[in-house]
Amino acid sequence: MEVVNEILQTVLSGISIGCVYGLVALGFVLIFKATEVINFAQGELLMLGAFISYSLITQLHFPYWAALLVTVIVMGLLGMLLERSVLRSLVGEPVYAIVIVTIGMSFFFRSIVSMVPGWGTDTYGFRTPFTEKFVRTGEFVISWEYLAIILMTTGLILGLFAFFRYTRVGTAMRATSQNQLAAVYMGISVTRVFSLSWTIAAMLGGIGGILLSPITFVHMNMGFIGLKAFPAAVLGGFGSLPGAIVGGLIIGITESLAGFYLPEGWKDIAAWIILIGVLILRPQGLFGIQEKKKV
Amino acid sequence: MRFIMKTDYYQDIQLFKYRSTFFWYLALVIGCLLIPLVLDEYLLSQLTFICMYGIAAVGLMLLTGYTGQVSMGHAAFFAIGSYTSAILTSKGVPFLLALPAAGFLAAAVGMLIGRPILHLTGLYLAIATMGFAFIIDEILVRWESLTNGNMGFYVDPPAIGPFIFDTEVRYYYLTLVILILTLFAARNILRSPTGRAMIAIRDSEVAAEAMGIDLAKFKTMAFAVSAFFAGIAGSLYAHKLFFINPESYTIILSIELLAMIIIGGLGSLHGAVFGAAFFIFLPQIIVMTKEYMPSYLQDQTGLESALFGLLIVLVMLFEPMGIYGRWLKTKFYFEMFPLYKKDSFRREKKYQKAERH
Repeated sequence: MEVVNEILQTVLSGISIGCVYGLVALGFVLIFKATEVINFAQGELLMLGAFISYSLITQLHFPYWAALLVTVIVMGLLGMLLERSVLRSLVGEPVYAIVIVTIGMSFFFRSIVSMVPGWGTDTYGFRTPFTEKFVRTGEFVISWEYLAIILMTTGLILGLFAFFRYTRVGTAMRATSQNQLAAVYMGISVTRVFSLSWTIAAMLGGIGGILLSPITFVHMNMGFIGLKAFPAAVLGGFGSLPGAIVGGLIIGITESLAGFYLPEGWKDIAAWIILIGVLILRPQGLFGIQEKKKV
Repeated sequence: MRFIMKTDYYQDIQLFKYRSTFFWYLALVIGCLLIPLVLDEYLLSQLTFICMYGIAAVGLMLLTGYTGQVSMGHAAFFAIGSYTSAILTSKGVPFLLALPAAGFLAAAVGMLIGRPILHLTGLYLAIATMGFAFIIDEILVRWESLTNGNMGFYVDPPAIGPFIFDTEVRYYYLTLVILILTLFAARNILRSPTGRAMIAIRDSEVAAEAMGIDLAKFKTMAFAVSAFFAGIAGSLYAHKLFFINPESYTIILSIELLAMIIIGGLGSLHGAVFGAAFFIFLPQIIVMTKEYMPSYLQDQTGLESALFGLLIVLVMLFEPMGIYGRWLKTKFYFEMFPLYKKDSFRREKKYQKAERH
């Protein structure tokens, strides 16, 4: 019984971390689907979201839920601003050039955080309504912090699914990701879709930041989680939204199990080994569809 | 504009297009050889770093810029080169043998890695190589009996016979000569059938295959050659710093190498060296301009990397084709003077059609 318990708890904590990976991966995939660009600054958006919510909660004494809302709105505006000021002028330029721009942005964000008064290079934490609360059923104990991540991610995913499936804007975004020219012909404003993709991706980053901060705390190198979310997105098949979440979960669970049962050091590379294995067998990821390129 | 009447097919692939080009490069080499006379030791060591990163960037350029295979794991080959050379020289193997050994071991690993992931393209390939880099990095940390793990490894200055490369000037000449050899080798690879096959693979795999190019063979070869140069650069890096540990070879280095060749200008050997120079000199220039900034900004530790990131963004906004693209445009401007039209290089802004549905 004890063994089952242990495995269950490890898996559950893996799932909750995996949910955060999945959220960041969703941000990658959203931007990629709309603009064919890989946004290397996605992890840094998460870090910014975490810092903003930290400031709101501990320095401005906002209640948790209000802070969550404000952070999401601020991050959305930031995403929109980024798209408008930097990325829109690069539409039509080679994709690799745009990728380098996002790398430059990630350097910039990471160091600008250390220059903002009150943020700096230290590690911070803040209290949430879930801190130090547990659910107990018999011997099984799970922290509300983990549960909250899982529940909120599930809610978000359902919301996003409904958005893409049932709203006009969501349909327009799907159409744009399939064929931009045809979308233009159908009267869809592609620039608006781009802007919206960046907005949503930045919001997802912000939410990921708030959810993750009770577990890893807030610090300037939080953004490196993007390096875990990236394989998550690829594992699922870059370009597939459900794939991003599944990929995130697989990587989260693998990491958590490897960290618990395997010797030290395996935790960091277990996910990569699985990823490479999957890619060798299925070069397009788990949920990706590969088409023969035409000459 | 100069026009050459071609009378021979060989003229298409000769090393120097015009006779004057040869003299300009010769002048550049002589300039590089004489520059230690005027520079102080610090600047000279920066030039050495440019040569070192230039070698690795040329290797990556062959793989990414010419064969079209993106690698985000070049730090691993760099690390393998460093450790091979460091361990061999500490066991008494002469540097002259350890240096090529570093290159060849990296090439062998590159081949091993390149082989199973041959059919991956673009993004998936980038991630797979990144995964291998993480695994190799972890091996370097854990294989303590060989690598000393996180404690690091002390390396001696290299020596050829009784001649020890222990001053900045000597080390600069060593790296410069190897950089020139690297460029010469890369240029020769590119004008050989192998190089043309690589370029064909970059432009269209299907078309290349239809022309009878063995994709697996040339992709693996590109991986091996690229890893070889990265290994050589890694070896030089280890002997320059005298101390190595796995921390120096993280994903950041891989991303920096990739950023170097893109900022320099993808698909040109000039671009590899320009990119390396950009990455070494930009932080120096930022430090120099720091004196003229308000004191509030001067005290910020994050200022340099913030400006660095900002400048990368600005450079790419201003010139998405990289530094070499700007160089070509400037040259074209003078060649065409006064007929240069701004639209000569304008790219058609096109809508993208995804290759998935």
